[in-house]
Amino acid sequence: MLIKRSDRQIAQSARAGKRLAAAYEGLSAGGLDRRAFLRQAGLGGVGLAALGTALGGPRLAQAAGATGVIDHAKPVEIRRNICTHCSVGCTVTAEVQEGVWVGQEPTWDSPINRGTHCAKGAAIRELVHGDRRLKYPMKLAGGQWQRISWDQALTEIADKLMEIRAASGPDAVFWLGSAKFSNEGAYLYRKLAAFWGTNTVDHQARICHSTTVAGVANTWGYGAQTNSYNDIRNSKTVIIMGGNPAEAHPVSLQHVLSGKEINRANLIVIDPRFTRTAAHATEYVRIRPGTDIPVIWGMLWHIFENGWEDKEFIRQRVYGMDEVRREVAKWNPQEVERVTGVPGEQLRRVAQMFATQKPATLVWCMGATQKTVGTANVRAFCTLLLATGNVGISGGGANIFRGHCNVQGATDLGLDVVTLPLYYGLDENAWRHWCRVWDVSYDSMLARFESKQMMETPGIPSTRYFDAVLLPKDQVQQRDNLKAMVVFGHGGNTVTRMPEAQKGLEKLELLVVADPHPTTFAVLGNRRENTYLLPICTQLETSGSRTASNRSLQWGEKIVDPIFESKDDYEAIWRLTGALDRAAERRNMPIRFQADMFKHIEVVNGRPTPESILREINRGGWSAGYCGQSPERLKAHMRHQRHFDLVTLRAGPDAPEEVRGDYYGLPWPCWGPPELRHPGTHILYNTNLHVMDGGGTFRARFGVERNGVSLLAEGSYSKGSEIQDGYPEFTVAVLKRLGWFDELTAEEKASLERHFGANIDRASWATDLSGGIQRVAMKHGCVPYGNAKARAVAWNLPDPVPVHREPIYTPRTDLIAQYPTLPDRRAFRLPHLGQSVQNRSLQVARDYPIILTTGRLVEYEGGGEETRSNKWLAELQQDMFIEINPADAAERGLRDGAWALVRGPEMPEGKFIKVKALVTERVGRGVAFMPFHFAGWFMQEDQRRKYPQGTDPIVLGESANTVTTYGYDPVTFMQEAKVTICQIRAA
Amino acid sequence: MARMKFLCDSDRCIECNACVTACKNEHEVPWGINRRRVVTINDGRPGERSISMACMHCTDAPCAAVCPVSCFYTTADAIVLHDKDLCIGCGYCFYACPFGAPQYPRVGNFGSRGKMDKCTFCAGGPQQDNTRAEYIQYGSNRIAEGKLPLCAEMCSTKALLAGDGEIIATIYRERVQRRGYGSGAWGWRTAYRETVSI
Repeated sequence: MLIKRSDRQIAQSARAGKRLAAAYEGLSAGGLDRRAFLRQAGLGGVGLAALGTALGGPRLAQAAGATGVIDHAKPVEIRRNICTHCSVGCTVTAEVQEGVWVGQEPTWDSPINRGTHCAKGAAIRELVHGDRRLKYPMKLAGGQWQRISWDQALTEIADKLMEIRAASGPDAVFWLGSAKFSNEGAYLYRKLAAFWGTNTVDHQARICHSTTVAGVANTWGYGAQTNSYNDIRNSKTVIIMGGNPAEAHPVSLQHVLSGKEINRANLIVIDPRFTRTAAHATEYVRIRPGTDIPVIWGMLWHIFENGWEDKEFIRQRVYGMDEVRREVAKWNPQEVERVTGVPGEQLRRVAQMFATQKPATLVWCMGATQKTVGTANVRAFCTLLLATGNVGISGGGANIFRGHCNVQGATDLGLDVVTLPLYYGLDENAWRHWCRVWDVSYDSMLARFESKQMMETPGIPSTRYFDAVLLPKDQVQQRDNLKAMVVFGHGGNTVTRMPEAQKGLEKLELLVVADPHPTTFAVLGNRRENTYLLPICTQLETSGSRTASNRSLQWGEKIVDPIFESKDDYEAIWRLTGALDRAAERRNMPIRFQADMFKHIEVVNGRPTPESILREINRGGWSAGYCGQSPERLKAHMRHQRHFDLVTLRAGPDAPEEVRGDYYGLPWPCWGPPELRHPGTHILYNTNLHVMDGGGTFRARFGVERNGVSLLAEGSYSKGSEIQDGYPEFTVAVLKRLGWFDELTAEEKASLERHFGANIDRASWATDLSGGIQRVAMKHGCVPYGNAKARAVAWNLPDPVPVHREPIYTPRTDLIAQYPTLPDRRAFRLPHLGQSVQNRSLQVARDYPIILTTGRLVEYEGGGEETRSNKWLAELQQDMFIEINPADAAERGLRDGAWALVRGPEMPEGKFIKVKALVTERVGRGVAFMPFHFAGWFMQEDQRRKYPQGTDPIVLGESANTVTTYGYDPVTFMQEAKVTICQIRAA
Repeated sequence: MARMKFLCDSDRCIECNACVTACKNEHEVPWGINRRRVVTINDGRPGERSISMACMHCTDAPCAAVCPVSCFYTTADAIVLHDKDLCIGCGYCFYACPFGAPQYPRVGNFGSRGKMDKCTFCAGGPQQDNTRAEYIQYGSNRIAEGKLPLCAEMCSTKALLAGDGEIIATIYRERVQRRGYGSGAWGWRTAYRETVSI
């Protein structure tokens, strides 16, 4: 009989002694059963015992009932939510009976996934089954985890936070947020940090695509994917560079491979690894890690040499291409091959395809971004797209695949140390705008901060939190070091330099982890006190909107109630603000949170409703077009998914009135108030469409003129525009000059008058809360943000035209003199070392001859705590491993499947990590690869006992980031996770 | 009556393992039992291809031919199922199967392997359709609900097709004609003694 995995049954059968649990590796029919695996993993009965206590509570019936047996005699409710793993945004259709999630069906209606899932999405029900979830609030007392109540936890946390605030100022607390938040949760968390009085609020975008956002926004206006997964079906040439979507975004391959088949498109993968994506490519280009810019410039060299560039596009819509030509001229095929290893003939072929077989799109992920030259890489990619005229067209564009399910939304909503929600920045105008939206006075907001200067100074990025704890006080440009971390939904093993992180965590005065799982944060440091775990439910147990990589917002409805004692982010933040109020009251501190923060947010039974939060976002989100996506419209889109076209994402004439003509998920910018019925923007900067049909131009963001050259577009404009040339962004002054001011309604004028008074001329499309300026501009066919050229030269960045810089740690020490990294500098309140660290390469490169790069596996995601706790996924990847080329393995006497010891140049003396060797030609000679999802072993110490009982992930392993080293992008402090050096030996 | 088959388009399969976890999730298949798995050849080298594998529900199934207790039976849709109440866990079917489909909860010889388990094409077993008893022994019965196997329905790139052999062969044929390449309906000659002619 098929033995069920229900734990009670396992326990019963164990008692009856009926089960043989021989671990018989390698024989498929034998394999490991769960119990044997646990025993092997050194758990003995601990895991099961812990489960026993966990199930002993009042949730027993529900948890035990969630074994997936549908009672066919009873009705089944269908609920739709969005997969919480990657950014593709697959709809999950859940079957629910009596409050229990009993089955999952394909969602044929979704234009994004059309029924399909990857391993993670198909196993997602397990997250809510929740064997290994954090079940109730806990704290460390004398190094032991202790169960406490929510009230006690929040009271103690709030008291400690207030104590730190009094002693060290508001900037001593790091509010680390999450790409797993809904949009509403992300916004609320950003707002909380603002009301706390710090800009040190960040999330996973820092370590995945912060450089993309900076690089792309500095080129043409917005830092987001310009087209969509679906639109790749229109491409004739697709280059995937520094990305492995077959593993990281499997459902996207449905669109990529369909495009490849239908158009007989070229699919070119440029990567140091022959990835699973490369296995389906028509051409694979292997490069040396860290040489993206020479590869792109090498392609452009052939393009300029042969006149394949799009001259008309460059003339009308690009600024500064001549300066790029001067840099590109240095990258002749010989130099490119010397630096990157790519033969000139192959690069010529690829360049020709990209420039002439159009439309062509460039797809990139973290292979491009997680570099010390991340922003410059991204800028080079954009330049290639601009030179070939591949932006703003269907089938072209920068198809940037974001990582987490809502990393785009969380970025948009300002979980970022440099900006308030929706990219307003941190200057006084930005603060005044959001104070108007929040209906609080600017002065009251100012009083929450250390000073006006700190209010306008970017905070400390998540990649450096431990430096801000450990560095001498005088090197951290704020009143005191970092003293507390409040971590919502964030793994601790995805940031580089973990040995340093461990020290930092140990020195913190307060650590709060709010997450469905304890995460590495809870176990990495050897903390004994002042550490709290708060159980937060997944997005499947609450409602709210999330923004997929293509900027579409999708509304997820609650599938089941939060399990055990977990709460959703909204309720947790609401309760925390209440606790902070009471703590402030006890200490006679004047600051208060709850009343002001939730002034216009509806709270029902202690839970702020996501609908009302989204309406507040709509009221303030003009700058990126988050103003039109009302909860009602988003819910209507989910109801009528099947009416949206697979390729254009648009609802046709036969669709119900409430969604007719809309693009699926109202991809931002969706201008004007919801009543204006802007359809959203499927393809950014597309001049072939009217702005009210989702058309657009490059954004006028950087002034109108530079060194005598106009920055506005020349003779290019979106369809139907009454101004048939470039124009600046719209303000009241511009409206007046055009004679359009009196087209504003009386209410719109009154609103402008009320908010801006004498400064009315300076009110802009982004700050006008009435939406009138946007409405009038679009009535004349104009895009509210103006019509400018994209910048091939971004003069405000360290390298206005990208130049190659060798990675900090490189085995090619011969290239350091010619292509050095940036000199040491300061940024984000901290020192930023460059050349002084790079010079170490000269001393250590001989001892660490192998380049180490990292990446993703299909079964796991992010820090992996959640997915490694999922039985079905854990079964598929049970060991942390390192991919090593057969030649390198042979030199080291390392066999496939054997244990290997790996160390990096910054690890403590004599320490190694211990991982399985995977000997494969997937990596080239001299290159090794490790996935970054593992944690729970730390330099050969098994940390399983440090997790609260019953919450340890099934699979533990060494973290790749224990080996990774120093190195940060100068613009965003993105970490260097893709190129470092290591040594490997047999264990 | 339809003749149910599986077809894996190896030019589309990206080894994402959705089919594996969809199966696990739908039927609550325990650790160590793999009704479906993805096999990759030339791993990490040019020519790398993956194929999602499970019981192919063969014509004149060899497992049935060797079973000493005749526990196998074929449904009207040509799905090969077995009766776990009859199975003695001898393992003959494992040796007979060209696809390595039969799975056993335990390791050992002479009946100590436990009852054989394999892919049911989401069609349950001999008990009454969609009863708890059927679910516990065989997993869910989607065919009885008018649905197809979940592995194929959830396949990320629509590489894995399941359904009426005529229909899925047509889908595959059209796909190959449009894109101009195809490495064939893998396993069909062995399982069904035919192939998809393009």
